[in-house]
Amino acid sequence: MLGILASIIDGVLVGLVYGLAAMGLTLIWGVMDVINLTHGAMIVAGMMALYLLANALGISPYLTLPPVLIGGFFVGVALYWVAIHRMVGRPPLMSLLSTFAVNLILIGVATAVWGTALFNVDVALPGVTIGRYTFPGPHILAAALAALIAGLLYVFLHYTRTGKAMRAVANNREAAELVGIPTTRLLAISVGVGVALAGVSGMLIGTLFPFTILSGDGYQLKGFIVTVLGGFGNPVGALLGGVALGLLEGLVTPFVPVSWTLVIEFALFVLVLIAFPGGIFASRRGAL
Amino acid sequence: MKRLSTKRLCLFAAAATLFAAPAFAEDTITIGFTDSQTGPLNVDSLGQSRGYEFWRDEVNAKGGIKAGGKSYMVKFVSYDDQSVGGRVQQLYTRLINQDHAQFLFSSYSSGLTAPAAVISEQYGKIMIDSGGAEEKPFELGNKYLFMVITSATHYMSGAIAALKEKNPHAKIAMVYSDDPFSKDVMKAAKEQAEAAGLQVVMDESYAPSTTDFGPIVNKIISSNADAFMGGGHYSDGATLARQMYDQKANMKWVSILVAPADDKFGELGPAAMGVTVPSQWEAQVSYKPQFGPTTAEFAKAFQDKFNARADYHAASGYTDGMILQHAIEQAGSIDQEKVTAALNSTDVTTFFGHIKFMTDPGHHGLQEAHEMVLAQWQKVNGKPGRQVVWPTAAKSADLIYPLSASQ
Repeated sequence: MLGILASIIDGVLVGLVYGLAAMGLTLIWGVMDVINLTHGAMIVAGMMALYLLANALGISPYLTLPPVLIGGFFVGVALYWVAIHRMVGRPPLMSLLSTFAVNLILIGVATAVWGTALFNVDVALPGVTIGRYTFPGPHILAAALAALIAGLLYVFLHYTRTGKAMRAVANNREAAELVGIPTTRLLAISVGVGVALAGVSGMLIGTLFPFTILSGDGYQLKGFIVTVLGGFGNPVGALLGGVALGLLEGLVTPFVPVSWTLVIEFALFVLVLIAFPGGIFASRRGAL
Repeated sequence: MKRLSTKRLCLFAAAATLFAAPAFAEDTITIGFTDSQTGPLNVDSLGQSRGYEFWRDEVNAKGGIKAGGKSYMVKFVSYDDQSVGGRVQQLYTRLINQDHAQFLFSSYSSGLTAPAAVISEQYGKIMIDSGGAEEKPFELGNKYLFMVITSATHYMSGAIAALKEKNPHAKIAMVYSDDPFSKDVMKAAKEQAEAAGLQVVMDESYAPSTTDFGPIVNKIISSNADAFMGGGHYSDGATLARQMYDQKANMKWVSILVAPADDKFGELGPAAMGVTVPSQWEAQVSYKPQFGPTTAEFAKAFQDKFNARADYHAASGYTDGMILQHAIEQAGSIDQEKVTAALNSTDVTTFFGHIKFMTDPGHHGLQEAHEMVLAQWQKVNGKPGRQVVWPTAAKSADLIYPLSASQ
């Protein structure tokens, strides 16, 4: 029984990080109807930034969060101008292909530079032990940071001028333009924030598990499931979706062979799409 | 008369050139293979490819392969298979038909070697395999496929024997990747463990794309196991080791496939300590080779050339070339049937160990003489490093058992 409880708690902790990883994906979708397929690469960029900064400069892994956040924002703005700007308002396939192309380039270059060797960042943080089960310190801290960042995003979107403008653009871009909102700049900022969130989630995941240049694909895939559970274009819902996915993984594993976990996850993905086409926690389209 | 002689001379020269051209082409042997320059198998495949290249450069520096009064320089043609099984058949067909490869080396991993072997057999081309340990392709009646490494079913034999010696009542959790190689290894390991009187309390596979092993580690703890065997390839094995350490799984024994055989595994720091890995070759084990370099010579020359320590993938890749070279020299020809016959009668010891192929139709080409060792991550001169701990006759350090409480 304690084992099941431990799995559930563990699932929730990791689920919060999954949620953060999906938040950037769903934010960009919510604002401009673009599925950013560089998301996995940006998560890996966060992991690599953590590895290089923590190992090269010898600083605490958690002190890499601000530079990853800021760096991620500027990378996102650059990504917008390179791969997304001309695709906004066009059929979704166009932006899908352009971001996929950028993803292939990024992964290709990174593989050429670093190969697909393993990277690991040692984090010495005491965990919490209940009976025979231990919840590692980095998992607890990463979950707390993910929840904090999700809260800050909510505050940003609902209580700041820029955040409100982003929501306005998401609601009705033409109307936002009519009232003088610089929509293009707002779209660039949205991608900047989305990529910054991907980078930070990568950085936090890097404190939990070893990773390779190719690790982003798995998290991007989970990001899609979380997005469906949490509601398309609803970044805060993504956090709930992440928790739901983590809970599911934690609940399923003790009872069925572990190889079934992925099958069950995707079965749920299809079921939710059928029952709730906009996602379980879907807000009104474009309301963010 | 003089003009006629010049004309004749020109004709002779032209004829000589025409006849000389094929003779020149025959003086080069083209060997084809695919490697995983990209994709998840990149790390292990790189080691194997370096082994191939190292052998080729050494052979060519010594004037090539000598057979039938000729010297054959070795030329490679290779393509990136992107770690994708679906690409290898197309690429091996191209290697044979367009690049005219006379001999083939395997890709890395069982999942890629098995489909490649279908093509090599179809065209009757010899393929020397150091990348795929799965036995199934050798049970299909293939005639031209030869494996220089120990096959999957023997991977965990040493670990089970060593564990039995330390704890005859060990309770083992077997958790492994859902791929042909890992399943082959662990199916045999389970049978061997049970035959040895050890208890297997958990036997499950996970999807190769699994990123978080937290719930799985909790399940291992709940199973009351005190020993762990499993893993698969690279990142999954490393993540398992790290999460078992972080979640204090308290295993007294941990054996993980493949990942700990790479030096980068040491980056896990304390999570790597005590982990054992079945290894096809380690630099500490010394055989008396009948030909080719000694272990020390190979390890040093490899280090000098690539500025990296040779791992077992590099050593087995080099052995592919060395065994093919030996067979061609024994056959005195590059004719496929004659070289196949020479490979069938190969029974030699190299720095990589004893090499002999099974010849009965049900297992043709399978390795029967090579033996694996068990290596364990320990502190070597204050730094993490692998020591050979089993068999005891070949050990370079004592086996640490039980592991510290956190593992």
